[in-house]
Amino acid sequence: MTSTIIWTIAIITVLGLVLALVLYLVAKKFKVEEDPRIDEVEKVMPGANCGGCGFAGCRAFAEAAVKAPNLDNNYCPVGGNDVMAKVAAILGYEVKAKAPQVAVVRCNGTCENRPKVNEYDGFTSCKVKAALYSGDTACSFGCLGCGDCVEACQFGALSMDPATGLPVVDESKCTACGACAKACPKRIIELRPKGPRGMREYVSCVNHDKGPAAKKACAAACIGCGICVKTCTHEAIILDNNVAYIDPAKCKLCRECEAMCPTGAIHGVNFPKPLDKEAVKERIKIRQQKAKEAANV
Amino acid sequence: MSKLIVSPSPHIHSKDSTRSLMLDVVIALLPAVLCSFVFYGWREILVMAVSVGSCLLLEWAVTRYMLKKPSTLGDLSAVVTGILLGLNLPYTTPWWVVFIGAVVAIGVAKMTFGGLGQNIWNPALVGRVFLLVSFPTYMTTWSAPQGLFGADAVTGATPLGAINEGLMGGASVKDIMAQNGYDYGQMLFANLGGSAGEVCAIALLAGFIYLCCRRVIKPWITLSIFATVALTALIFSGVNPDRFTGPVFNLLTGGLILGACFMATDYVTSPMSVWGGVVFGVGIGFLTMMIRYFGSYPEGVSFAILIMNSFVPLINMAFKQKKFGRK
Amino acid sequence: MSKHTFSIGGVHPHDNKISRACAIEPLPLAPTVYLSMSQHIGAPAKPVVAVGDKVKVGQVVAEPGGFVSAFIHSSVSGTVKSIGPRKDLAGNPQTCIEIAVEGDEWLEGIDTTDTLITEIPADNKAILDKIRLGGVVGLGGATFPTHVKLSPPPGSKCERVIINGCECEPYLTSDFRTLLEKGEQVVVGAAILRQVMGNVPCTIAIEENKPEAIAHIQDVIGKLGYEGIEVMVMKMMYPQGGEKQLIDAVMHRQVGSGALPISVGAVVQNVATALAVYDAVQKNKPIVDNSVTVTGACAPKQANLLVRVGTPLRYILDYLGGVPEEAAKVISGGPMMGRAVANLDAATVKGTGALLLLTEKETRRAPASACIRCGKCADACPMGLEPFLLNRLVKANDLEQLEKNAAQDCIECGCCLYSCPAHIPLLDNIRMGKGAVLGAIRARAAAAKAAAEAAKK
Repeated sequence: MTSTIIWTIAIITVLGLVLALVLYLVAKKFKVEEDPRIDEVEKVMPGANCGGCGFAGCRAFAEAAVKAPNLDNNYCPVGGNDVMAKVAAILGYEVKAKAPQVAVVRCNGTCENRPKVNEYDGFTSCKVKAALYSGDTACSFGCLGCGDCVEACQFGALSMDPATGLPVVDESKCTACGACAKACPKRIIELRPKGPRGMREYVSCVNHDKGPAAKKACAAACIGCGICVKTCTHEAIILDNNVAYIDPAKCKLCRECEAMCPTGAIHGVNFPKPLDKEAVKERIKIRQQKAKEAANV
Repeated sequence: MSKLIVSPSPHIHSKDSTRSLMLDVVIALLPAVLCSFVFYGWREILVMAVSVGSCLLLEWAVTRYMLKKPSTLGDLSAVVTGILLGLNLPYTTPWWVVFIGAVVAIGVAKMTFGGLGQNIWNPALVGRVFLLVSFPTYMTTWSAPQGLFGADAVTGATPLGAINEGLMGGASVKDIMAQNGYDYGQMLFANLGGSAGEVCAIALLAGFIYLCCRRVIKPWITLSIFATVALTALIFSGVNPDRFTGPVFNLLTGGLILGACFMATDYVTSPMSVWGGVVFGVGIGFLTMMIRYFGSYPEGVSFAILIMNSFVPLINMAFKQKKFGRK
Repeated sequence: MSKHTFSIGGVHPHDNKISRACAIEPLPLAPTVYLSMSQHIGAPAKPVVAVGDKVKVGQVVAEPGGFVSAFIHSSVSGTVKSIGPRKDLAGNPQTCIEIAVEGDEWLEGIDTTDTLITEIPADNKAILDKIRLGGVVGLGGATFPTHVKLSPPPGSKCERVIINGCECEPYLTSDFRTLLEKGEQVVVGAAILRQVMGNVPCTIAIEENKPEAIAHIQDVIGKLGYEGIEVMVMKMMYPQGGEKQLIDAVMHRQVGSGALPISVGAVVQNVATALAVYDAVQKNKPIVDNSVTVTGACAPKQANLLVRVGTPLRYILDYLGGVPEEAAKVISGGPMMGRAVANLDAATVKGTGALLLLTEKETRRAPASACIRCGKCADACPMGLEPFLLNRLVKANDLEQLEKNAAQDCIECGCCLYSCPAHIPLLDNIRMGKGAVLGAIRARAAAAKAAAEAAKK
């Protein structure tokens, strides 16, 4: 009896020692030398692994950031300036603060503005639909409404509005990772600077059709008339390929273009007061008259 | 033509749907169900009604209140599970035992995995095995069939049970067979005891042939089970006829036909390729015989199928169809 | 007679050849035609006419925009009205030449008579040139420029020419009618093709559901006395007329993944292409028209029409009595691989072989339910793929596994979706995965090429 117990203890002890030795040797042989700063950087990352930075995940970003000579090409849009400041502190790099961005859906093609001309009966996916044809409305540039962007968003910031058939961005949740912009086959979603107190002005249309065709397909399309370009006193609006684009870097948020747009394609959001179109139009009229008089003199 | 429909190709679809396939299985099971009604009478009708009813109820309740998805009753898969469970129980099973079986089959074996198509094990068999382990008395005692309007008859053991018991008592196969008056012809057409679904081999085989003709299932799984069972029994009984029962006896008893035709061929829990199916069938046949010959349970089909169900993902990985133009 | 078929998968949809008794009749000219510059696979053609130019039938209006590209000829006589983007049947803009029709004056040198010319020119190079100048492209669906297909890359050798008369798509009957009515021309076309490929044997493959065509072509071959051309009766099975499947059925050779038919010594041409080759070589007639089946249970009239290229779809349908109220879908091509028409104002192209009208009941997709792992898709796939698995991999966006499981081999025949009892949109997804894998393969090849060039320097 006693010998059985002793043998058991002896065998288990020897077995334990042998296995411990094997584990030790294996661990030593396969040990990968890693820069400890990678772990440190990873710790301060948001950990969403969304890929918004252009890397496969937070760990990959950390590896790249540690290897890179500076942080110019590595920026975590989700963590923003706070996280990047921490990363910079760990690595001893400089980091340029970036203006916070937000995803903006540039399509006005609500069910009302843009009637359906055929019925899509395939898999509910913008990608599949876009590969098949131009879409179930007469506008071949607008939102397809199957919600690939909603699916791509890891932060729950996008949802489809059943009333309009268009995606809606929840600004408080959007991290500007850009996954939705990449998922959209029509390239409708753009990352734009959030603007002061969230105020921003943008053209909510991307169609390249000529005016009459665009107007026929969608009541609120940008028809490329150029009135906004003429109105803008800050040279912030470019008209290219029948569609206007407001450069956020130059826009002074005066909202004059929005007031003058004949189709309502230009949107201003988060302004404290609603836009008084008539007042703005009056202001522009007086200014233009004065300019004309000045030119005549 | 108000608005044209636009969709990717193909633009037509075969007439098959999950519902139509399940309906075919129900039709194929009808002869066996009717036979069991005739042989066992109103108590079997009660067992079947409770089984199908509670399976439907549970499927509805789980999809509605737990998964919060649209109802899946229309695909008839719960009906098939209900009928199979009913056929797998003796007609003397109390209604509450049947209900527990349905809870395990639908609630545990099917819905916890995510519903139709996601489960690893055949739901009806899981229900049955659960009852077999939990309520062995109800599941293994058997009363002689008394017909639709007959009176209760003597209680006894199933043929496999009798053999198992007899062998333990030291008797030879031949003696036990003679003692119980077992006869192969009787086995083919009428039950000798056991679950309701073992009642009539001909009715089950007719259903199987119907499913094959309708191309709902492929016959390979079933045939390879039969072949393996027959071959294994032939070898063993050839070596020692006193200790091991023969091929015909093993083919006709213990729910083998029901299991091989309807449970092993369940889409969800069987391999997809032909050769995968053959391997699956050989495994079931061999395991069944091993359990019958050497196990403490007299009956092995249910366990064999469930064990092989677990290997299906592996089998699917190992047996892929040859791709066109590739080696 | 033994019937031949391919070795893996396939489905049996009802063949529904309800327009089989309708002889091919010429469609009256439309007032305006629109010639797309992208009627073929490859680079779009470049217009060589200007607005205001007068053109005749058969006159070149656009020349190839690259090596894999084709000539485009005016299908009518009249005046060029405009050149610019116009929406195709999918609503995507394509450059089109709009021609207002005035009379029907053919270019000199085109033989418009019905005389059969059986004497084949001896100079193969001249024949190939005629095929190229005639703008001949594969009319079986892929619209690959025929002269490119007939010029195999150095090192490969053609052993058999296969004329594809399977017409395995349900409903379609234009190839069947062509075989019946223009059998002689098709056989001469086949003879030309086999001569060009080096006097190799030629097989005309016809599915068993066209016994009249089989008998007629056998008759014609006997009458014309050509050697080396035989008819092969194929089993009725979809996709019998798929290029890879047909080669497998006829020659028992399987074209490898990403390889061309010529790698196993085969050149496959459609019946309509053989006719176009005959027209181009023997009659100097470029592709200006093709036969189009207009069919479907709800179609106002069943018809096989000889339609000038560029005719608006709406004009064709209106000629037969308009689109009926119960028609829910108009398909350009067959029900298995055809494209749903989103824009009826689009015009036909060389490859338009049919307009199929389906009712909502016939074509509406049932809502998808859970996969029951029945394996019917894998049984049906003629390429031996596992559509249920590919579908899952596409959703997981796993490119590596998609490539391993041969998503790029998918021929988009539609058998998987057709047979899925759970109505899962398998092909919709697999098509996306196939595109992604092919893109990755191309990117890799380009990177390897760049690396090799860099190493050379």
